[in-house]
Amino acid sequence: MHPAPSVIIFTTLSGLGFGLLVWLGLGRPDVTGWMAFAFFAIAYALAVGGLMASTFHLGHPERAMKAFTQWRTSWLSREAWLSVMALIVMALYGAGLVFLGTPWTALGWLGAALSLLTVYSTSMIYGQLTTVPRWKTPLTPALMAAIALAGGALLAGQAPAALILLPVAAVLQVLWWVRGDMALSRSGTDMASATQLGDIGAVRAFEPPHTGTNYLLREFVHVVGRKHSIKLRVIALVLGYVLPVLLLLAPFTHLVAFLAVASHLAGIAASRWLFFAEAEHVVGLYYGKR
Amino acid sequence: MTQLPERTEKKLGLVIDLDTCVGCHACVVSCKGWNTENYGAPLSDQDPYGSAPSGTFLNRVHSYEVQPEEGAAQLIHFPKSCLHCEDAPCVTVCPTGASYKRVEDGIVLVNETDCIGCGLCAWACPYGAREMDAAEGVMKKCTLCVDRIYNENLPEEDREPACVRTCPAGARHFGDLGDPDSDVSQLVEARGGVDLMPEQGTKPVNKYLPPRPKDRMDRPAVQPEGDIDVLAPLLKPVAEEPKGFIGWLDKALEKI
Amino acid sequence: MTHHQPKIETSPKVSDEVRKTTCYMCACRCGINVHMKDRKVAYIEGNRDHPVNRGVLCAKGSAGIMQHNAPSRLRAPMKRVGPRGSGEFEEISWDEALEIATGWLAPLRAEAPEKLAFFTGRDQSQSFTSYWAQNFGTPNYAAHGGFCSVNMAAAGIYTMGGAFWEFGQPDWDHTKLFMIFGVAEDHDSNPIKMGIGKIKARGAKVIGVNPIRSGYNAVADEWVGITPGTDGLFILSLVHELLRAGRIDLDYLARYTNAPVLVNMDPESPEHGLLMRDEDGKTLVIDRKTGKLTPFDQKGVQPDLSASYRHGGITHKPVMHLIAERYMDAQYAPEAVAGRCGISADKIRTIAAELARVAFDEEIVLDQEWTDFRGETHKQMKGRPVAFHAMRGISAHSNGFQTCRALHVLQILLGSVEVPGGFRFKPPYPKPVSAHPKPHSKVTPDSPLDGPHLGFVQGPDDLALKDDGSPVRIDKAFTWENPMSAHGLMHMVISNAHAGDPYKIDTLFMYMANMSWNSSMNTGGVIDMLTDKDENGEHVIPHIIYSDAYSSEMVAYADLILPDTTYLERHDCISLLDRPICEADAAADAIRWPVVEPDRDVRGFQSTLCDLGARLGLPGFVNSDGSQKYADYADYITNHERKPGIGPLAGWRKGETGPSHGRGAPNPEQLDRYIENGGFFVKHIPDAASYYKPWNMAYQDWAVELGIFDSPQPYIFDLYVEPLRRFQLAAEGHGERQPPDHLRERIRETLDPLPIWYPPFEDGGIDTEEFPVHALTQRPMAMYHSWGSQNAWLRQIHGHNPLYLPTGLWEANGFAEGDWARVTSAHGEITVPVAHMAALNENTVWTWNAIGKRKGAWALDKDAPEATRGFLLNHLIHELLPPKGDGLRWANSDPITGQAAWFDLRVKIEKVAAPAESQPGLPQIHSPVGQGPDHLEWKVGK
Repeated sequence: MHPAPSVIIFTTLSGLGFGLLVWLGLGRPDVTGWMAFAFFAIAYALAVGGLMASTFHLGHPERAMKAFTQWRTSWLSREAWLSVMALIVMALYGAGLVFLGTPWTALGWLGAALSLLTVYSTSMIYGQLTTVPRWKTPLTPALMAAIALAGGALLAGQAPAALILLPVAAVLQVLWWVRGDMALSRSGTDMASATQLGDIGAVRAFEPPHTGTNYLLREFVHVVGRKHSIKLRVIALVLGYVLPVLLLLAPFTHLVAFLAVASHLAGIAASRWLFFAEAEHVVGLYYGKR
Repeated sequence: MTQLPERTEKKLGLVIDLDTCVGCHACVVSCKGWNTENYGAPLSDQDPYGSAPSGTFLNRVHSYEVQPEEGAAQLIHFPKSCLHCEDAPCVTVCPTGASYKRVEDGIVLVNETDCIGCGLCAWACPYGAREMDAAEGVMKKCTLCVDRIYNENLPEEDREPACVRTCPAGARHFGDLGDPDSDVSQLVEARGGVDLMPEQGTKPVNKYLPPRPKDRMDRPAVQPEGDIDVLAPLLKPVAEEPKGFIGWLDKALEKI
Repeated sequence: MTHHQPKIETSPKVSDEVRKTTCYMCACRCGINVHMKDRKVAYIEGNRDHPVNRGVLCAKGSAGIMQHNAPSRLRAPMKRVGPRGSGEFEEISWDEALEIATGWLAPLRAEAPEKLAFFTGRDQSQSFTSYWAQNFGTPNYAAHGGFCSVNMAAAGIYTMGGAFWEFGQPDWDHTKLFMIFGVAEDHDSNPIKMGIGKIKARGAKVIGVNPIRSGYNAVADEWVGITPGTDGLFILSLVHELLRAGRIDLDYLARYTNAPVLVNMDPESPEHGLLMRDEDGKTLVIDRKTGKLTPFDQKGVQPDLSASYRHGGITHKPVMHLIAERYMDAQYAPEAVAGRCGISADKIRTIAAELARVAFDEEIVLDQEWTDFRGETHKQMKGRPVAFHAMRGISAHSNGFQTCRALHVLQILLGSVEVPGGFRFKPPYPKPVSAHPKPHSKVTPDSPLDGPHLGFVQGPDDLALKDDGSPVRIDKAFTWENPMSAHGLMHMVISNAHAGDPYKIDTLFMYMANMSWNSSMNTGGVIDMLTDKDENGEHVIPHIIYSDAYSSEMVAYADLILPDTTYLERHDCISLLDRPICEADAAADAIRWPVVEPDRDVRGFQSTLCDLGARLGLPGFVNSDGSQKYADYADYITNHERKPGIGPLAGWRKGETGPSHGRGAPNPEQLDRYIENGGFFVKHIPDAASYYKPWNMAYQDWAVELGIFDSPQPYIFDLYVEPLRRFQLAAEGHGERQPPDHLRERIRETLDPLPIWYPPFEDGGIDTEEFPVHALTQRPMAMYHSWGSQNAWLRQIHGHNPLYLPTGLWEANGFAEGDWARVTSAHGEITVPVAHMAALNENTVWTWNAIGKRKGAWALDKDAPEATRGFLLNHLIHELLPPKGDGLRWANSDPITGQAAWFDLRVKIEKVAAPAESQPGLPQIHSPVGQGPDHLEWKVGK
């Protein structure tokens, strides 16, 4: 899949933002007033910024409101609803904290749940696609939720939780990669099933339909070199998980905390780039590519 | 509406004969012409006279080389457009309801005024049947020429998709695959028509007729029995030399 | 929940109006419906009523809207202002342009008409352009058949009075086995696709003989991946097998061919090898009923295939004996040819057996009574359901004529020509070779030529030679080098004119011939010849006039450009006098007409010729008072009469009592009638006349009635082609007209009256170990010559072309996807991208034809993939064979017809580092029309 910056920014930032909202809804950290305002501002900047970024890849962003209509079947529509509901509920909850200094706990729990569901719905946009075997696994929502919660914990200053969630996310990440590398070959979809010509012999793509490129090739066929992939995976693991854990174990300073968050964000962005770039869409088989 | 109808009254679709398709791209261009001028936005082209021309097409012809374990490799031309799946994943993922499957005939369409151009339907389609138009920013796909097949401004005989009408080899057939008695259903039955990527669970309406067995003359030693074998036994000589031939000729002429 | 879905308009208005004309995107001439919106072209589809395409239309035809609107269209007449080849022009008025042309041409006509060489490329108005050239008086006229497929056409006409493509077609409705040789996307493209679809639907079988398994050969049930240039040997081996088994149609051979005709067998006789004739020139046979000698065509005669005849001490044997003696020889045994052809002996035997089985064991019979030319009435029509088709793959070799002949002999031995299930002629064919004109070349200043330029020679007396034996024609057609060059040799014109061999010319006038690019062998050399200057600084070819609708590569090399219209803006006639659109069941012709008016200052080329002809005072183009006779081409089409009652169009002429078809006076409303009828005219052949046409009196009478013949012309097929023997006799020293000594041996060896096979000439002139690989091109189905590249839709399908390599070569050289190779021939080298293809003869490489483009041409970006990754194989091919050290220029052509032998090419392949662009990279030419827009959202009825 084409690793479009808009979707990488979207999933990375909004995941982190909603992850932070989950923790804020749970009352951790237990903040009010300006302090609460600062936390909420960061969470909304990330969540809303991410959502805004996602609209950049739309052909017609002015029609975005129509995306609320199909929640019965469409994870994207559900994501729209859940994100808006989460943002509204958390806004009310946040207003209580900032202006009244009052934690409406039940509302916070509801907001936290909606925020987590938002992350889940985002992950299901990808996790539902049979056409991308690397994504089509329960590990996809598990990983995205774990990353959101770990990142949120990190941002929320919940070091003990982060020290558990970061390694959990790291393990899920590795599992996701290991499974993902075998996903296409185990999916049962190959050139023989795509063309139904396998009974005759070994199938090879000969001439492409057009000598030039097209939308499908631009959108779905992206080849990442093996070496490049390993390098990026190591970077993603080190920056996303290992370094933040080490920094959390170090004596707390704001600089260290900032570095931990920045490193995590960079690592997750790298992981997310790979998430798209390494994902093989089965349509590539028709072009003899992956 | 992105909920799929529980059932459709008809299952209109195409049957593509891989034994007959010569790979001429007539269907590709006829489709481009009709759908540029008709349903929705034109199929645009970027850099059409430049170094990297690229445009929207709703039907493209691939070609595959198949190497049997023994014998010569074969080349198979492979047209591909929307298969109008019964369980169309492109429809259910659509957030706006722009993608829908028609109750009356099962055609999968995009209502362009509702399309936000998110591309998710193309992601959900295993066949590459949907292409985002780079100029219009909406998803384009085969309409099965819904603006031809019922069009009262066209003569009855022209009420079929442009690709079918133009196909010189007659390798494309259009009809109701939901009706077991229809010509297309009969053809699928007779020729063992298949689904592409059946494991994807999309239940395509369009069917592909596989190529007939080829290169049987490369195996003359094997003489199968029964009516399957159409190959003649090798010729028996009547003469080895011209002289003998002329002798045979004299005798043969007597019999005429 | 209920299902909601939008209501959509399922009956939108399709167009304001449908205008029916004829396609021009290739030479197929399909009928098209042009849908108009707001008086603009909105959509093009096939015309269901049209006899050629029955509604279907190929990719090129369907993309016609992009062709018609291509940004590469020339806009106005131009005169060259930069150096030749620069592409720098100045637009001028038509008056100025035609004055310039007249200024160059009028003096030539007055003093030396042969100094004009007028050649047309993809012309489909040859009866008109040749008429113009004839009136001008130059002998130097031809169309492009010489580098196209004259071997096929001439072999067919000399053997059986017709050939493939517009001459004939398989009996698609009845054939059970269809065998194709060297057929890629070529002539008759849609009818072949329709036919293959038809027979596949019936479950009939296709055998494809072609080194490359693509297109039609890909859908063939059996593939014969033959080594290029060996088809003739393979076919003669099939003949060998059929003769040995006695599986030939003796009745058919006796009745309808010259197999029973007697041949003089005395080696001492000056008539050795000629056919025995009576005083009227009729060939003689022995009648089996009486045992007596008799002309072949007498009532009730049953010609004897076997009886010899001795007269005046000379033995005469029937042709059938010669055939048996020739082809039963062990040199044609499957084992003997298998290695050379790259086909196993078993497979050759299997194919022979299958041909025989289908022809004889699956004989079909139609209950249709008919009467033959000997007066015998037959109750039924007996059919041999084996049909053949062949095209350039076997034709464009230096052994192509004899290979095509071999195929026709095979067809005839099986009795499968003009019978149900076999191969059928399309009117005006069958037509015996004797009914064709002979070539004319008598030049008289200020006067027309003495007759049509092109024709069919019967012997040395018909050659176009001056008294000193030198060629009359600039292309050396109808000379000892290539006596039967029925279509001329367009590919030799520039080379000969540059060399001054046989003489220099003044003006080269060409129409739609991309000679500085893909329509020449030796592209780089031709460019040099076109730009070369003599010691005085004058161009060696002083004037070049060129007409084209588009900014092709050739435009840059002309001094004066006469811009043509697109095919939707012009009048044309696809005439029975020319290359009509007939079907085996019907005579038909068609027109083009301006469905839109040009929006540029351009004119149909034929209309321009009407004007220019009048300015030059050509007799056929002026009235008695000297005024212009034909206002434009439409006027000519309507009012010209080739002979009384016969004009370019057969339909809706004026009879004594009303409309008349075939014969009749000019009808001023004729074009309107054509337009009303969908742009064509068709007249069906009666059922009793539909097969056995050369011998069927019902057909002969029908053809006379329609004006195809003036009298019935029944004839028998020439398995043995006597005119070839006449040239051999001359080479053996008989007769007054004698070939030059250096050609005697070649004529004796190659102009054999019975088909032979010899290795392609290039194999003899080069080291085949150094150049072991055959290199071919094929035309893609979605492109035609150079034209497709300016088409925004088609160039996305074929924007560049790799060289396809077979598995062995691919692996031996360690190639991988994305690699490039240097390809070297005895003549030149190119460096190009390669790709792997397993379904390919193991010693053959190939690429798509004419995808490569010159930078600056066709209104494309200079970095267009056609120019940076695309390439031409033409750079590797020379119009001459490598020098033999005798100081002579030996054409790389068939020795009989002069057909360009571009499929004889041999190369070697080496892997090299990828260059920045395909090599040779030629400098960019200036585009006289700029470059096309950077985006298209085409919709007329917005």
